[in-house]
Amino acid sequence: MKKNNKILLKLVNASKTYLPEINPVEALKPTNLEIKQADFIAIMGPSGSGKSTLMHIIGCLDVPTAGKIIFEGKDVSKLSEAELARIRNQKIGFVFQTFNLIPRVSVLANVELPLIYAGVSKKERLKRALEVLKKIGLSERINHTPNQLSGGEQQRVAIARALVTNPSIILADEPTGNLDSKTGEEIIDIFRKLNREGNTFVMVTHDQEIAKNASNIIRIKDGEII
Amino acid sequence: MDFFELIKVSLEALKANKTRSGLTMLGIVIGVASVILLISIGSGLKTYITEQLEGLGANSLFVIPGEFDIDVGGGGGGGMPGAGAAASKFTFDHIKDLEREGKTIKNVMAYTENNGTMKYRGKTKITQVSGVSPEYPEVRDQKVAQGSFFSTSHYNSAKRVAVLGRTVAEDLYGLEDPVGKNISISDQSYIVLGILEEKGAMAGIDLDNQVFIPATTAMRQFDMENIQSLWVQSIDSNSIPETEEEIERILLKTLDDDEFSVLDTSSILGVVSSILSVLTAALGGIAAISLVVGGIGIMNIMLVSVTERTREIGLRKAVGATPRAILTQFIIESVILSFLGGSIGVLLGALGSLAIGRVFTTTITPWSIGLAFGVSALIGIVFGVAPAAKGAKLNPIDALRYE
Repeated sequence: MKKNNKILLKLVNASKTYLPEINPVEALKPTNLEIKQADFIAIMGPSGSGKSTLMHIIGCLDVPTAGKIIFEGKDVSKLSEAELARIRNQKIGFVFQTFNLIPRVSVLANVELPLIYAGVSKKERLKRALEVLKKIGLSERINHTPNQLSGGEQQRVAIARALVTNPSIILADEPTGNLDSKTGEEIIDIFRKLNREGNTFVMVTHDQEIAKNASNIIRIKDGEII
Repeated sequence: MDFFELIKVSLEALKANKTRSGLTMLGIVIGVASVILLISIGSGLKTYITEQLEGLGANSLFVIPGEFDIDVGGGGGGGMPGAGAAASKFTFDHIKDLEREGKTIKNVMAYTENNGTMKYRGKTKITQVSGVSPEYPEVRDQKVAQGSFFSTSHYNSAKRVAVLGRTVAEDLYGLEDPVGKNISISDQSYIVLGILEEKGAMAGIDLDNQVFIPATTAMRQFDMENIQSLWVQSIDSNSIPETEEEIERILLKTLDDDEFSVLDTSSILGVVSSILSVLTAALGGIAAISLVVGGIGIMNIMLVSVTERTREIGLRKAVGATPRAILTQFIIESVILSFLGGSIGVLLGALGSLAIGRVFTTTITPWSIGLAFGVSALIGIVFGVAPAAKGAKLNPIDALRYE
């Protein structure tokens, strides 16, 4: 474990209000949060608790209506959509409940996708994608299309896609939600292994057993961390 | 992200829905093919008529009965072309007057046109009988291939002599040499003096399928009191306006203003080409409507495609696609559809006009091909922008949640 205290992401009184003029709904109350290098954080909370909103702000898919989000020392709360896309591309890896692979292209092409938007050369893309697929144990499956794979394998492709850019944070939104418990555990094992290697994880789940694997559990209710 | 990758991504997406992409392209294929085809027919017609008129001789003027207002491009102002509708008042005296008084007139030829029945040893053929003067081969720039044309003395004494077009000679005489033989024209016996060289067929009309007899003879043969029209040759092409004035001045002594019209090749060309330009534009315009319809087809399919791939767009945005990258990707997709459709359309249109060209003159103009390519690519951009913008504007969070 090469844990250090480097702060990757910091929320400073960040809040999110939807439709602020007409009928304000405070999805996230002013929140302070720090995510450090090699953390494994689980965010838990019931539906409508604001955990998705928190997740989207951490993932730079959304910006707070008030307060700040500091990513590696840089305030990203006022960035344009294109600039946020660049941050997501370089700094964040996403793993979704529904895998979200592109069905018509190969596993390899799916893993290469973020690198294409990063402008990495074809040769380098291939090298890095193969590397990460080997690490995740899918070297045999690179030319398959996603629908030829099992759910667990598809989620592993998604993890490979999240890892390939060597991001600062990997965000997982209910990563085991569509898998049976055994396969779910396998996925969490991969997360733990990657976390021991120094990768930072933020995972949204409502499964207590899964959350136990995290080093730190954040519970959220009615838009507030409790 | 480089352009080549975007093209690859777009091609993959299009390949995933081959039938749909093919059918969408079909709209553009049909549109472009019909633009090319109709424009090639229009300009072929123009080329053909221009050639025909130039074949009449650059120094030629035609005097036809009745009023024929030439009003190039003067929409609605001119009267309807009524050529031939009025009864002719031309006589041989007019020819004499013109030849004597006209300073810039080289010669004047009488011209009549009738249909007659040709017979030779049991073979029968109905064909056009043209009554002309001995100057005909010179005026039309058509040589006599065998024998000779009729002479001035044949003409002046209205002898029953004939010169055959190549087709008539072959059909009636086969391998026989017709020169010196008899031919029956509408139950009158004529002697064949010669055969004209081949002019070939144009637009399905065989120019060699006619028989030439002296106009004087034709007047008697077909019982006409007046010459149908006059072909006037000017001394050179620069004098044509003067010649026109002279003809009018001389003929007005004996004829009324509305009893004859003088046409020259260039003014006929002007009228014809302005009519044909309008026609070509109209044909092209009709075909262009189908291109627009094809473009709307592309827009429709692209909108469906964007909606279908909402989650994919969300994913792409999550992993780093900028709105511009999404916009470009979908525009490229629709441009590929329209451009590929356009290319196939150009090919089909060109093949089609080549096929039609076997029976009818068509001219494939390079500008129409360039235009078709340009327009089809433009359609891809114009009709692709709205769906692509819709995709680019999607919020990644909502797009990822889309069911």
